[in-house]
Amino acid sequence: MSHISPVIWQFLVKWMTNFALFPPEASKIAPQMDALYFFMVLVSLVGLTIVILLITSFSILYSKKRHPVAVQIEGSTLLEATWTIIPLGLFLVMFVWGALLYFRIYTPPANAMNIYVVGKQWMWKAEHPGGQHEINALHVPTGRPIQLTIISQDVFHSFSIPAFRVKREAIPGRYTSVWFEATTPGTYHLFCTQYCGTDHSHMIGEVVVLTPEGYKKWLEGSTSGASLAQNGERLFASLSCTACHNTRPDARGPSLANVYGSKLTLSNGQQVTADDAYLREAILNPSQHITQGYAPIMPTYQGQISEEGVIDLVEYIKNLDSDYRVQQTTASTTLLPEGEGKTTQTPATQGAVKQ
Amino acid sequence: MGQQNDATNFAMWLFLLTEIMFFGGLFTAYLIYRNWYYPAFVEASHQLQIGWGTANTAVLITSSFTMAMGVWSAEMRRKGTLVLCLVLTFILGLVFLGIKSIEYSEKWEKHHVPGFHYSVQSFVNPASDPEVYKEYHDKPLAMDMASKTEMYFFLYFAMTGMHALHMIIGISILGYMIFRAQAGAYTTGHVTFVENFGLYWHFVDIIWIYLFPLLYLVSRHQ
Amino acid sequence: MSDAATIVSLPDQSTARIPKVNFLSKENGLLSWLLTGDHKRIAILYLISITFFFFIGGALAGLIRLELLTPQSDLVATDTYNKLFSMHGLIMVFFFLVPSVPATIGNFCIPMMVGAKDLALPKINLLSWYLYVAAGIMMIYTMSAGGVDTGWTFTTPLSTHYVNTHVITTGLAVFIAGFSSIFTGLNFIVTIHKMRAPGMTWFRLPLFVWSNYAASILMVLGTPVLAITLVLIVLERTVGIGVFDPAKGGDPLLFQHLFWFYSHPAVYIMILPGMGVISEVVSTFSRKRVFGYTAVAFSSVAIAVFGFFVWAHHMFIMGISNYAVLIFSLLTMLVAVPSAIKIFNWTFTLYKGSITFETPMLYAFGFMGLFTIGGMTGVFLGASGTDIHLTETYFIVAHFHFVMVGGMLMAFLSGVHFWWPKMTGRMYPEKISQLAAVVTFIGFNLTFFPQFILGTLGMPRRYASYPPEFQILNVFSTAGASVLGVGYLLPVLYLTWSLKYGAIAGNNPWQATGLEWQVQSPPLTENFPEIPIVDHEAYDYEWLERQKENEVASVG
Repeated sequence: MSHISPVIWQFLVKWMTNFALFPPEASKIAPQMDALYFFMVLVSLVGLTIVILLITSFSILYSKKRHPVAVQIEGSTLLEATWTIIPLGLFLVMFVWGALLYFRIYTPPANAMNIYVVGKQWMWKAEHPGGQHEINALHVPTGRPIQLTIISQDVFHSFSIPAFRVKREAIPGRYTSVWFEATTPGTYHLFCTQYCGTDHSHMIGEVVVLTPEGYKKWLEGSTSGASLAQNGERLFASLSCTACHNTRPDARGPSLANVYGSKLTLSNGQQVTADDAYLREAILNPSQHITQGYAPIMPTYQGQISEEGVIDLVEYIKNLDSDYRVQQTTASTTLLPEGEGKTTQTPATQGAVKQ
Repeated sequence: MGQQNDATNFAMWLFLLTEIMFFGGLFTAYLIYRNWYYPAFVEASHQLQIGWGTANTAVLITSSFTMAMGVWSAEMRRKGTLVLCLVLTFILGLVFLGIKSIEYSEKWEKHHVPGFHYSVQSFVNPASDPEVYKEYHDKPLAMDMASKTEMYFFLYFAMTGMHALHMIIGISILGYMIFRAQAGAYTTGHVTFVENFGLYWHFVDIIWIYLFPLLYLVSRHQ
Repeated sequence: MSDAATIVSLPDQSTARIPKVNFLSKENGLLSWLLTGDHKRIAILYLISITFFFFIGGALAGLIRLELLTPQSDLVATDTYNKLFSMHGLIMVFFFLVPSVPATIGNFCIPMMVGAKDLALPKINLLSWYLYVAAGIMMIYTMSAGGVDTGWTFTTPLSTHYVNTHVITTGLAVFIAGFSSIFTGLNFIVTIHKMRAPGMTWFRLPLFVWSNYAASILMVLGTPVLAITLVLIVLERTVGIGVFDPAKGGDPLLFQHLFWFYSHPAVYIMILPGMGVISEVVSTFSRKRVFGYTAVAFSSVAIAVFGFFVWAHHMFIMGISNYAVLIFSLLTMLVAVPSAIKIFNWTFTLYKGSITFETPMLYAFGFMGLFTIGGMTGVFLGASGTDIHLTETYFIVAHFHFVMVGGMLMAFLSGVHFWWPKMTGRMYPEKISQLAAVVTFIGFNLTFFPQFILGTLGMPRRYASYPPEFQILNVFSTAGASVLGVGYLLPVLYLTWSLKYGAIAGNNPWQATGLEWQVQSPPLTENFPEIPIVDHEAYDYEWLERQKENEVASVG
């Protein structure tokens, strides 16, 4: 990229965009993707030109009129080697370059701000950590890596932002993620690109890129009150998670403070990292995700909780860095089964949770 | 003539290769889900009676032997022996299907047929199924793992069902062959049909040899 | 007639007649056709059937392009549009492209090319056609009963739980068509292995046989996996098992793996026989042995082998592991190389040849240019990084239409025109056919090149309506489609015309070297009056010269 004069590059991009041959570049990765794309276009043009030139010139030089007797030639190992090795070499360059890009796009940086996206027939729901919800829209600030954690509620969808050059399938039953850093404020297309039924072509929306100040203002203007983590805390209590996941010495479940991102050993000896996918699976399919040293008694919440609910819980656990509030809750209530002890209940303490 | 024989023989081997690819899809699904849901597969597999499975294996292996004897008889131009061998193979094939239908009806009665009032009761509370519990003392499965036993049974019915379908086709062709053999069609030097059918029959047998341990012998130690 | 600009060599038209005894005249009556074992008659039956389905698929394409003239969904309802593209894909892939060259030209020519009387298993060949027809009838039933709208890719869980259209009948129709394909491939492999004439060694075979052999391996090994996948879909829809349903512990990605394990080799099944045609045509119209015969033969087999190991490049953004992506992307780059080798070999066949430009050659040139573009854009998609931006957009649509229509369909038309005189005994009219070839080429580029740009801009595929800024490119595309339609209609008209009024072709109007050109046109039912003994290499034009001299000498 740095080898091409920025002036020429700007001209190319602007010209192509204005002639609508090319989407705008609105993310940091977009120019990098376009560089590879242009390289490929160049190689293809050169290749095609060579083939067309050869065919045309041979057709003229060796037409029956000009060259009535054909000369039988078996072949040429040198030529075979040439047109095997050169294309292979070029393809391998594209492979390596493409792979680097691919890894870059699908390996979010650790400091990325996470936005959850749930796709369903036929709309996109985006949830910001502060609890702001959007439908068929996504507001993001410039200058900050943003990670999208995507899931579908029903069939395969695909979340595509051409201007950012990112796209990721929304799969039912598991999280997928992609990240970007927006560079240019503006409004860009958001498409669903995996055929998903009747209104597939209406599952479109807008990605609105704002300056950091603009984003902050937007956040304040569209807050619904509770953040995702706060909702998660509420769910955590109402689904009786605190019955086992508390700080009592005889607690039947492990404490979840700081569990996000840590390495766990499961009861079958397997070592896992507790990431988003793990947390989701542990809630919905607990039998296979029992931490070593604990009995396999956690019930499954499959069917009892929506994807948004799972997201709230995951967000809550992600931000949980101390058991203080859980302690407060369980200290003032007895949630033990079989009527052991007192049963006075105090509602879980409200308030802001660290975002 | 020899060229024709050679060609059809080669064609039958090729066809069996396609059949391997066909079953391959089911085996792939089985391997993946068994890896994911091992505890469910173990306990579900305990529901199959190893006695019936072993009996069926013995029946099929014997039928492959009688079929091979049939091919030999045809080559030796011994009509009587050929017909006998084909009839024995036919009967053994029917015995296999008979045992399979006993097993299937047992599954039906216990509500272990996926999609038809499937019940996880035997897995959530193994003590409620005294015969199986006596043998294996399985631990109760949590609800989410217990529901995966349905996946095991789906694959069980799909794989054994597909195998049984191939058996039925084979037995039907055997029936036709018995009539033709009785009329002397295969003992005058034209053994191609018998030979090629023998290949098919052995193939169906081999598929069962793979199915039996995969489905019946999942962690049988007490 | 020896015109400097053509190699066509026809018998004296005032005295020439179609040979009285040939495979067409041997027996008469409908039953003699419906119960035939003659590979040539079966090939004609297939030709009629696939042409029929081609035009149904083409009509669906026309409706699609008409709808896409405007950004809104105004011509048909969205649901109807979804059915249009689904049925277009299903019919074109399974009922036209897969059987096109193998079942028509392959069936007709391969026995003759290897020097045999017929294929190894004539009854299986007939069965194959009946399976195709049965599948076709089921497909037509499905269409008239309301169609299917899952896309030709049957993505789960959409196809298993979220549509209420005729998925089961469609799945069964494709299942049956799959077995038709398997039996054709099986027949070819056995024939090529076991029925070659004395002296016909592997490396004396025409490259058309090599290409079809490679395609047959793919048919035989890949199609069964599609079959079992369709069975699983039908079971999941009827009985309700969760083998692909995440709520029941199943994995929708398992379906993707199983489906693409066949459907990627399927694209090579579709293109390899076409490449075989190009080898024959380029050689004949340059009067030269194909440059690098061995390289081209091995490339065909290499494409078949590598083709089995790249399926997940259709799944790069579906959440498979980054390392799996690395492997599949690398293998995809490797599979692209043999195709490039072939293009260069054909180009260099022209070098120092003696080239004429009859219609088959024009189609072959079209193939070489368009397949190069299509193939190169495949590399765009095989590089995982760019695939993220380009996948699931019109770039993909343009890519596969370039290789399938610009490539395969052109090769098919090239082959039909090339072997038409052999099949029917008559020549097609040259001028109008050359016109049709040029019209098709122009129409094709106008239709599909704008779609590359649309894809880069981000327009998703399978969209009934789209943002207005994409309209102008869509209008170009539809305009091109109408030109393309004309280009495809013309051959049907003039080829039918030629059956009665075409010039008598004689044995070898192209003065080609294959064994099929050394017998009468149309051939005898048993192909050869006596089994040929092969003592020359493929594309041996010097041998051909000596044959002609001997003929002249013996007549005089």
